[in-house]
Amino acid sequence: MRKLKRQLCAGPYIVWIIGFTVLPILMILYYAFTTPEHRFTLENVLSIAEPIHLKALLLSVRLALECTVLCLLLSYPLAMILNGLKIKRQSFIVFIFVLPMWMNFMLRILAWQMLLSNNGIINSILQALGFSGVSILNTPAAVVFGMVYDFLPFMILPIYNSLVRIRSDVIEAAKDLGASNMIVFFRIIVPLTMSGVISGVIMVFVPALTSFVISDLLGGGKVLLIGNVIEQSFMQGMNWNLGSGLSIVLMVFVIASMAFMNSHTKETEGTAVW
Amino acid sequence: MGKKLIELQHIQKSYNGTQILDDLNIYFNENKFLTLLGPSGCGKTTTLRLIGGFEKPDSGQILFDGKDITMLPPNERKVNTVFQKYALFTHMTIAENIAFGLKISKKSKAYINDKIKYALKLVNLDGYENRSVDSLSGGQQQRIAIARAIVNEPKVLLLDEPLGALDLKLRQDMQYELIRLKNELGITFIYVTHDQEEALTMSDTIAVMNQGYIQQIGSPEDIYNEPCNAFVADFIGDSNIIDGVMLADKLVSFLGIRHACEDTGFGQKQPVDVVIRPEDIELVAPDEGFLSGDITSVIFKGVHYEIEVLSNGFEWLVHTTRFFPVGAHVGLKVIPFNIQIMHKPESSDERAVGLDA
Repeated sequence: MRKLKRQLCAGPYIVWIIGFTVLPILMILYYAFTTPEHRFTLENVLSIAEPIHLKALLLSVRLALECTVLCLLLSYPLAMILNGLKIKRQSFIVFIFVLPMWMNFMLRILAWQMLLSNNGIINSILQALGFSGVSILNTPAAVVFGMVYDFLPFMILPIYNSLVRIRSDVIEAAKDLGASNMIVFFRIIVPLTMSGVISGVIMVFVPALTSFVISDLLGGGKVLLIGNVIEQSFMQGMNWNLGSGLSIVLMVFVIASMAFMNSHTKETEGTAVW
Repeated sequence: MGKKLIELQHIQKSYNGTQILDDLNIYFNENKFLTLLGPSGCGKTTTLRLIGGFEKPDSGQILFDGKDITMLPPNERKVNTVFQKYALFTHMTIAENIAFGLKISKKSKAYINDKIKYALKLVNLDGYENRSVDSLSGGQQQRIAIARAIVNEPKVLLLDEPLGALDLKLRQDMQYELIRLKNELGITFIYVTHDQEEALTMSDTIAVMNQGYIQQIGSPEDIYNEPCNAFVADFIGDSNIIDGVMLADKLVSFLGIRHACEDTGFGQKQPVDVVIRPEDIELVAPDEGFLSGDITSVIFKGVHYEIEVLSNGFEWLVHTTRFFPVGAHVGLKVIPFNIQIMHKPESSDERAVGLDA
């Protein structure tokens, strides 16, 4: 009886999951493998091979990789610095880094659109200082820039968490056994933070791969990512079958990359956030 | 005595304005088991960390084999440390843990494999090469930590309360293991503990520390039988410590009575601490002792009874194998040889406080 009661508490959540996750996925599956006349077809899925779609997918993968690498290069030293700070300041500065996450994501990207535009603040400052202005808006670089800005906290936090877990006596033990700072870093700190790095990479790479709003706003419609193609086929082309087919391909990509990353972590000491 | 291997000279160290060590001078001889013993916060761990290189003194010098190593980083010192919480590398196997130091010093593969086998045998964990750290118990992890340190053939092994996290039975077993290891390896062990029994069991020499000062250095027998002040007497085993006045050579007065003792040279009317070990007091008929009193509590401790006797306003602690009922009126007897007379501490700094260990 008691068990049943407890299970009933999960009811609303289960209804939610079924209504808004399971059913839509089933619908996408159905649309993906049928024509508008409700006949079975593989055409929608296979249309990923069309040059324009393939180009968008490859560009998405490229930009997502660039974004992930940049986030990793920025986050790791930053997390190390944060971890080295005195305890009191530490939590406050972590808070500062996470703060942007609490603001609406659209607002932040729109703000960057203004800042980066040809008559924007950044160019005004550059021109005032005597440099020639840069036109970065509506290029892939701007899109990567926006993604890095947006997803950086998702990389910092798991790496920082895994760094905090390393006990100082483990570092001391390594030095005691003759390890220089270089060896301590590569043989002790890096392996012990691997689980944090992996979950950070997934948390940045996956949303970067599937995003379409950032490329829309900062790419000015000139940077066509696979997310944009899908969005357009749903909203403008009204071709739900094609959109669903491409979505399935993208989903397979995401799951495959997550599985790949996962197979390369032996242990997850609870630092994984996903 | 063997030659001096490590010498600390005039070491000062403070953290955030709190003085931990104030002009510490101590040396450690070769091939000895030396223990730094004291309550928490007495500076013993700081002393060990200074030798290991994890801390730098504010002033003073550390000599190793006659050479100044004060500013040398830990990875360049010929000492290895066994940490309280083992500090094993959880992302490596047992064999990789043990090989860590050897790989850094670029030893050959065959040599490393031999050493791993040898070290695991030494700590009674043969065949554990490919186990993961997490699959080991606390005692086993500590043995691996010891193995990982000794394969590097340090001249000195530093042990920072290595048995602190183990349960009582295991701790006692490990004490004998450590003595055996020390004898087999023939290297110097510097051991930090707050457990006086551990110190007495294992050490060749004990340095009792309190509040950053060394109170007494000596063999376990010396420290136990001839404590030099009330702090040492109280910290090493149980003691009855009574305020007294030295009346003349070999005559002391305390609690309103006079008693013969064997100490001389204190001068007349000198306030002193009178220390009597509980096992040195004999319970006799009321009129046969130097004092008489009523028994207020009796606790059976296995080997002996721990009896408290209230007499002249002082709770005497007595260890005896004979049973007495609570409320019995008894006399206390002690032979003069077993009365220890000590100078009162000169400054409040030296006074025993914070016996929380």
